[in-house]
This record gives sequence, C-alpha cells and structure tokens, in this order.
Amino acid sequence: MSSLSDPAHATTGGRRPLADRTSATPDELLDWLRQMLLIREFEVRTMQAYQDKKIGGFCHIYIGQEAVAVGCTAAVQHADPIVTAYRDHGHALARGMDPKYCMAEMFGKIGGCAKGKGGSMHMFDKPNNLYGGHGIVGAQTPLGTGLAFATKYIDEVIEGGKSRHVALCFLGDGAVNQGAFYEAKNLAGLFHIPVIFIVENNGYSMGTAIHRGTTMSHRLISKGEAFGIDGYEIEGMDVIDVQREMKAVADKCRETSRPAMVDMKTYRFKGHSMSDPRKYRTREEEEVWEAGDPITRLRDALIEEGLIDDAAFKALNREVKLQVRSSIEWADASPEPDITELFTDVYVEKFGPYLGTSMPQIVTDQENDR
Amino acid sequence: MSERTLEFRDALREAMSQEMRANKRVFLLGEEVAEYDGAYKVSRGMLEEFGPQRIIDTPISESGFAGMAIGAAMMGLRPIVEFMSWSFSLVAADPILNNAPKMLYMSGGQFGCPIVFRGNDGAGGQLGSTHSWCVEGMYSNVPGLKMAIPAFADDAKGLLTTAIRDDDPVFFLESERLLALKGHVPEGEHLVPFGQALVRRSGDDVTIVSFGRPVHFCLEAAEALEAEGISCEVIDGRTIRPLDLDTIVRSVKKTNACVVVDQSWSFGSPGSEIAAQIHQACFDDLDNHVMRVHSADVPTPYAWNLEQEYLPNARRIAEAVRSALYVA
Repeated sequence: MSSLSDPAHATTGGRRPLADRTSATPDELLDWLRQMLLIREFEVRTMQAYQDKKIGGFCHIYIGQEAVAVGCTAAVQHADPIVTAYRDHGHALARGMDPKYCMAEMFGKIGGCAKGKGGSMHMFDKPNNLYGGHGIVGAQTPLGTGLAFATKYIDEVIEGGKSRHVALCFLGDGAVNQGAFYEAKNLAGLFHIPVIFIVENNGYSMGTAIHRGTTMSHRLISKGEAFGIDGYEIEGMDVIDVQREMKAVADKCRETSRPAMVDMKTYRFKGHSMSDPRKYRTREEEEVWEAGDPITRLRDALIEEGLIDDAAFKALNREVKLQVRSSIEWADASPEPDITELFTDVYVEKFGPYLGTSMPQIVTDQENDR
Repeated sequence: MSERTLEFRDALREAMSQEMRANKRVFLLGEEVAEYDGAYKVSRGMLEEFGPQRIIDTPISESGFAGMAIGAAMMGLRPIVEFMSWSFSLVAADPILNNAPKMLYMSGGQFGCPIVFRGNDGAGGQLGSTHSWCVEGMYSNVPGLKMAIPAFADDAKGLLTTAIRDDDPVFFLESERLLALKGHVPEGEHLVPFGQALVRRSGDDVTIVSFGRPVHFCLEAAEALEAEGISCEVIDGRTIRPLDLDTIVRSVKKTNACVVVDQSWSFGSPGSEIAAQIHQACFDDLDNHVMRVHSADVPTPYAWNLEQEYLPNARRIAEAVRSALYVA
C-alpha cells in the first residue's frame, strides 16, 4: 500500500472509460459534482464567516474529503441512517440538508437545524435520517451500532420481516484508538449488526500523523478483522470509485446483515480546525494531494466523456455559489433563539422550569413541503 | 380481599414484562440478563417468554452496549439497559451523560432518548469501594435525565412502569439490599407518577426526607425516637429528578425542623441540594438549620463494622434529629 505522501496514491484512477467504472447515470454523476461543489463553496464561506466572527466555538472544515461523504451517501438508500463525528457539514449537505439550516446552526440562529443549540459539530436532520454530528471522538461508534441494531430490530421483531437496512457510521482515523470503537465493533460483530464503520483516514488526528498514534496504521482494517468484521480499503479521492466500492460493501452488509469496516483514504486540505497552522506536515505533501482534488477529477472525467463542457461547469459553479450566498442571507435574517429556548428541549415533558419540546424549522418546513 | 405480596425484584420484573407484552419497542439488554436469569434474578424467566431478540445478553462492555442502546432509542425503540451495578456505569459515563440526556437539546428537539438505565446502586454488603457507588451524587447533577429511586416493592413496579413509558432518559436506582424485600404490589397496570413524594410516616416534631434504601433507616430511627417522645414525619422522595419539593415544604412548615438523609457523599449531593432548597423555601419556618446525614466522606470500606458506621444508619439519623430539635 502506498504511503500518504506517495504521489501515485493521490492521483490514482481516472483514465478508464466511465462506463467501466460506474453504472451511475449522467444525471447522478452531475449531481455528485454539484454536491461536491456545494460542500466546497459552503466550507469556503464558512471559513470566511468564522473569520468574520459570525461563527463561534470549534469549526472543522471538510474541504478535500468531499468525495467521501458524497460517494458514501450515494451508495446507500435514503432510509439508511447515518451518523458522523464533528467534521460534519459535508455529511449533512450530502444527505440532503438545505445549506441554510446548516449555516444558521453555525450562526447560532433559531433557523438552525438544532435551533442554534448544537453548533458546527452537531448537525442533525431527522427527515434525512442524519443522527448527528457528535463532538466526542469515537462516541458515535456505539450510537451507529445502535442505529443499525434498531433498523434490524424494527425490520425483524416489529415488522416480522428480514433485516433490510444498513447504517453508515463515519469516524476519523484518530477515533480508531478510542475504547468505545472497540466495544462497538465487538457488539456489531457479535450481534450481526449491519453497521459500516467508515474511517475517513486523512492521515492526521489533529496534528498527530497516523503512524505516531496508531499501531498497524499501514493496515487499519486489521482492527476490524479482530472482531470478525470484513475490511475494505478504498481510495477516497475519487467519488466514482467511492460510490462504486461502497455500494458493493453496503449491498453485501444489507444482504448478510453483517458489519464492515472501511479504511477510506482521503486528505483534508485545510487544518484540523480554524486555529491550525499545519506545522506538522509539509507544503509539498499538501500539494501532492491537492493535485488529486476530487472535484477536479470528476469534472475532468465528465468533460472527457462529453457529459459536461466548461461553460456548463461554470454555470453549475455559479448556481452553487448563489445557493450558498442565499443560505448566508437566510441565516443572517433568521432571529437569534428567544431566551425562553434556553429551557426548551431539555425534557420532552413540561415541568418545573422546563418548557417541553418542539421540532425545529428544518423538520416543520419539510413536513409542510410534503 | 387478600393483598398479593411480591419481592421487590419480582415487582421490577412484572413492570418490565407487562410493558414488553404491551409494546414491542421495549426490550431488555445487559450482562447476564438472559440465559443466567439475571445476576440478581430480576429478569428470571424473561428469556423464555420474550426470546433472545428482546432479552439480550451483552458482553461486559458497558460503554458499548449503553451507547448502542442510546442509538436504538434515537430511532424510537425503548431499551431497558440493566447495569449489574450502577458502579459499572462509570465506564459508560460518556454515553449515559454526554449522549442520552443531551440528545434532545443538541438536536433542537429532533431526537429524544426514551431509555431506562437500571441496576443496583449504593453499598451492597461488604463489596468494597469500587462496587458500592451511590451514583445519585454525581448523576443527578445532569439536566435532561430523570432519576427514580424506589424504596418499596409497589413503587419498584409503579415507578419502573412510568420510567419505561417516559419519553426522556430515566436513571432507575435499585438497591441490592432491597431486592428480597416483600410488599403488596398491585397485579394489573400500576403507575406511580414521577415527582410525587410520599409521606411514609406522619409526625409533628421533625421532617425526615430521604429516598431509596435509607428511607428504611429513617423509619427505623423514627420508631426508636417515638419511644423518646419525638414524633417524626418521614418523606420518601421516590424521584430525585423531578423533585417534589412541595410535599417536603408542606411538612417542614408543620414541623419546623428537618433532617435530610442521603446515602451519597455530602459534597455536591442531592442532600445538599435539597437542604439548600428547603432553606430557601422555609427560611422563616425553621427553628434550626437543616441537618444532613450522608454516607461518611471516605471510600466505602469493606469491614462489616466500618461499613455499618459509614452508612447513614438509624443511629446517626436519630442523633441528627435530636440535634435538630436541640435535644441534648
């Protein structure tokens, strides 16, 4: 296997005819391109808003990893639950969250997906089956196991049929050393739970290069094999490869009701968070990976096949920029949460100082649309 | 009509079984709950009735199975998680404190967590310090969870039924020392609402407030004090979150003296919180400050005599009552 700084690794694939590489329709391919462009533009504007102090707290940018969220969500069904860690804007948008709710959440506005109570690290979208956005490293892995457990329980015990869902549980390579992940893998393997642990291996847990913190880092999937969990290594910089290979993994997990672990090789082009000067890696290494930009790769492949031309690409880009700009305007215009919101959503029930609960706008809007 | 008598543990099982019959979304998981019939036989026979998909033996892996159950609850299932001992929940602190009670808030109302965590709490019998945790001291600090702590068999059934039907996460604290306690337990549906304390013994001179196992120490002390001519009113709080302050205040306004008995350590405890709330609500009614009796502020000892002295026992409660009433 190639090392992180191996140029071949960052530029693998792309020259075979599309028909050999994917069964996706032209519309689907264009939609993946649009989604990746949306995430990229959204994150660029997020960084600006953070500099402008419209966004507080911790903020983690997904630029560079777009093919992972887009390819993985495209590989499963909408009803399949997904859960992720704190670098979660990309997953939310790929899952179908309107960017205005995502931006308003970071602005701390009532129109945010969690009424401004969660922030950047905690994106939730019930209609789109996104179960967070979780801030504690690795904590989402037992939750993801539980989501898949629940789909299986509902399919088999409540509906009396066959298990027919999978759950996607994303984690960073830094999370593979958390105890919770080992317990989650043991339970998933033991109970035949169809959860797919997708390690977005961007090579660094904050500033710690993977080999400095993780044993067997050259073969991460060995950490699933120990639990009887099938492992897969997937190049995560090309959305066509990601979707195709993840679809095969997901189909198998769905059919067999078994877990899987994926070592998804990727790279974050920006720092760990907004305050990271990236002194732990070289500019040369970054340039190698930037040369394999997932958006450029898909664009070039589509141009080569004649599915899109330069003008159409520019139009798509312009459309996405307008969408993000209007999201920012919407988020700006959304009011701050009323002070009474401090005491809502603590308990479902209303008692003492607690004011009960209600669904946020992201849910009521989508119900009204139906 | 003869009253049916059940052990506390059987009352717990009856609540779980009745709810599982009524609602397929309810299931039980934990260490040894299925084939072993429960480490303390609370779930005896449930595997036979409900099968292995709903009575689930887990490995010794509290963080994993507690987190897994929380994920399942987010999807609308209603798991009952048995901790063999609440002492073992400490290794699951992140899921049970960081996820379950905060999920509704952090998701802006999108994902609740209808889950029950239950198991033995407090000193068992010479189990030593690591196995004798009174988690109400730490966990009651966290908003978003409810906490029930029954002292009698009928409440064990009634409070657990309420807990299973509750849409919020419930921390349900049992006591190994009470599991064999017998009492009248209604046969059919039996619900005890949260936030309603019960006056276990009426009296005029002093209000004694407690919850869980120490309620029995309080009743024992009240019996002894009656011989000295001191009339004690003993209140069983039954739930810590929500707390029924009204019943306590009503009693203190009558007796003008109060002792709070709490088996957790004193520093930052339910006992200190309740005492503070009573001082605030009854400042002009009190003839003395509120006295508190807690477990001794040391790790739980093994030796029998030390453990007995460590507990908020009847002798220490009686001393606090006399002190509250200025009886030398």
